[in-house]
Amino acid sequence: MVATSELVIRDLHATVAGLEILRGVDLTVHAGEVHAIMGPNGCGKSTLSHTLMGRPDYTVTSGSATIDGVELLGTATYSRAQAGLFLAMQYPVEIPGVRVEDLVGASLAARGVGVEGLAQRLNDEANRLLVRDEFLERGVNDEFSGGEKKRVETLQLAMLRPKFAVLDEIDSGLDVDALRDVARRVVAMTQEDGLGVLAITHYARLLTELKPDFIHVMMAGRIVASGGPEIADQLEEVGYEGLARQLGVNELTVQKPLATGKFEDPTVGSNPFADPLGL
Amino acid sequence: MQHFNVDAARSLGGPQWLVDRRVAAAEVVGASTMPTAAEEIWRYSRIGELDLGRYRPVPVEELNAPGDERAPGGGPWALEAGKHSGMLVVRDGRVVRHELSPELEAKGVRVCDIATCGVDEDVQGALGSVVRDSPDFFTDLNDAFAPGGALIWIPDGVVVEDPIVVLHWCEGDGEASFPRTLVRAGRNSDVTVLERFGSPSSDHVVDAVTEIIVGDNAHVRYLSVQEHGSRTWHIGMQRAHLGRDAHLKTAAVALGGDYARLRAESRLDEQGAESEMVAVYFGDHKQMLDFRTLQDHVAPRTRSDLLFKGAVENEAASVYSGMIRLREAAQKAEAYQTNRNLVLDHGASAESIPNLEIFANDVKCSHGSTVGPIDDEQRYYLESRGVPPHDAERLIVLGFFDDVFSRLPHGGLVDRLRSTVIDKFDHGASR
Repeated sequence: MVATSELVIRDLHATVAGLEILRGVDLTVHAGEVHAIMGPNGCGKSTLSHTLMGRPDYTVTSGSATIDGVELLGTATYSRAQAGLFLAMQYPVEIPGVRVEDLVGASLAARGVGVEGLAQRLNDEANRLLVRDEFLERGVNDEFSGGEKKRVETLQLAMLRPKFAVLDEIDSGLDVDALRDVARRVVAMTQEDGLGVLAITHYARLLTELKPDFIHVMMAGRIVASGGPEIADQLEEVGYEGLARQLGVNELTVQKPLATGKFEDPTVGSNPFADPLGL
Repeated sequence: MQHFNVDAARSLGGPQWLVDRRVAAAEVVGASTMPTAAEEIWRYSRIGELDLGRYRPVPVEELNAPGDERAPGGGPWALEAGKHSGMLVVRDGRVVRHELSPELEAKGVRVCDIATCGVDEDVQGALGSVVRDSPDFFTDLNDAFAPGGALIWIPDGVVVEDPIVVLHWCEGDGEASFPRTLVRAGRNSDVTVLERFGSPSSDHVVDAVTEIIVGDNAHVRYLSVQEHGSRTWHIGMQRAHLGRDAHLKTAAVALGGDYARLRAESRLDEQGAESEMVAVYFGDHKQMLDFRTLQDHVAPRTRSDLLFKGAVENEAASVYSGMIRLREAAQKAEAYQTNRNLVLDHGASAESIPNLEIFANDVKCSHGSTVGPIDDEQRYYLESRGVPPHDAERLIVLGFFDDVFSRLPHGGLVDRLRSTVIDKFDHGASR
């Protein structure tokens, strides 16, 4: 088992569209641990997740991130995934015609892992996560509800068995039942497979399901406080601004440039998957 | 155009009515000029590059006489077509083999060569009756030089369970061939037709015309697959007329050729007629794939739906120009048209021009088109799951085509066509 794995992030700085969003993040996650990162909107939480995964328009200016000593930064996104990192996205993109099975099959094949019995394993896992068959038949995320998307993100996580999973606001868009199902599956993976988890969230309700071992508070691109579950209670009581005052932190957020979302080629037209009727 | 003359048209033989028809058309051709890209229907095309003077019709010595059916059984294509109830093998426009299950023959189905099977006045009258309303220089040329043609004639009420396949092979540098197909599905009949075109890498022009007559309450599914060699030009006309409550699904898969064009038209003549048109095209190298579609609603309560999807890579180009016409009487008609294009390389380009002509006031109608590269967000998502970039793009491209592939009327060929798309994508060297 992978019980000795560790994800080590050291002094990570990153910019988006020229603006420094991450301003020195240090964090170590060991196998089987659940860490939560909390912070106000705009503090850099999601930037951390995409910087770790290597999103093309995010630029690392210094620092390192390793899994078991293997540097992730500067390598291709798919290599990071193959090194054992998984990012459950806050807004999973719709890919018409590409089923979960196609995706997982391509990922396993690229790692040289056999795909025999894949359909059966996928079905078993889908049953465990209460993902209905129709969502396996359709293109991934294609016209899925928010809850279905997150269940299917978790399904992929369970199929791909990474060493570490970054869950970027996996609680957003989830109803109570789905949140519980997803969290329970993640917790089971930490116990059964030694999965290390970095859960990014804005809300405390994920914590009651995920029961993190460590909680970190992020403000203005840095982790400003770390500790156990008591940090969540403290936040509950005084809020982010109150905590910032207690810690003597002046800035809560990083001002983001207006348009960072898309990185489309401006020379060509619109997304051919988009509905031209705007329906 | 000196080789495309009356004598050449006459020399191809066949029954007198056919020779007369050819000669008359050759006279029309002689009095015509080649179309140019200045005409709307040829806009963006490469018609200006075609010098017909460099070509001659495949001569009768090469075609052999009508009725010479020494061809073997259709080769690997016949196998790939799967179980079928009838087959025509056509070489350079000449039918060189035809076969039909005896049960269907007993029911009056005809699958044979227009030039040799002693067609009656019904067939003679039907030939040309569909394309007549859509004048085209290359239809005239086909009328003048088609040596015969594939006839698929389904009597009223006959249901043909397995597809009827028409396999075309064209070759010969500096030559032009003129495949012709006439499908007539009688009232309450049901048939699936697969027409497949191929050539080696010949500097050859294929001028193909297919007419489809869908009788009242008949159901016809038609798939054309074009896989010509890289130097072949294909100029295709495919037009259908639909009767009352008739259903037609036409599908086109265009993968080959240097310049390959298809005019695909459906006219909904009577109430309740429904036309569905779908296409998949994938251009690479310096190919141009060119489509002109028409959904022509004549009668009320008619419905048409079109979905054309294409990709271009390297320096390939595609053109889609589609027209929805809702005539005055076409009240309560519904017409939909969607064209989507993936542009995979900077050197590649796709034109998409949807058009509407609406003369009725109580209709439902929409059209839309998109042209764009592979979505970076989709690629990133797949990469984040450990899928390398090229594999991710391959998945996205296949996914993009998936809804059209799943709507092709002849499922048996889909895997084969999918793998051709994968091959073309994987060989797109510049990525």
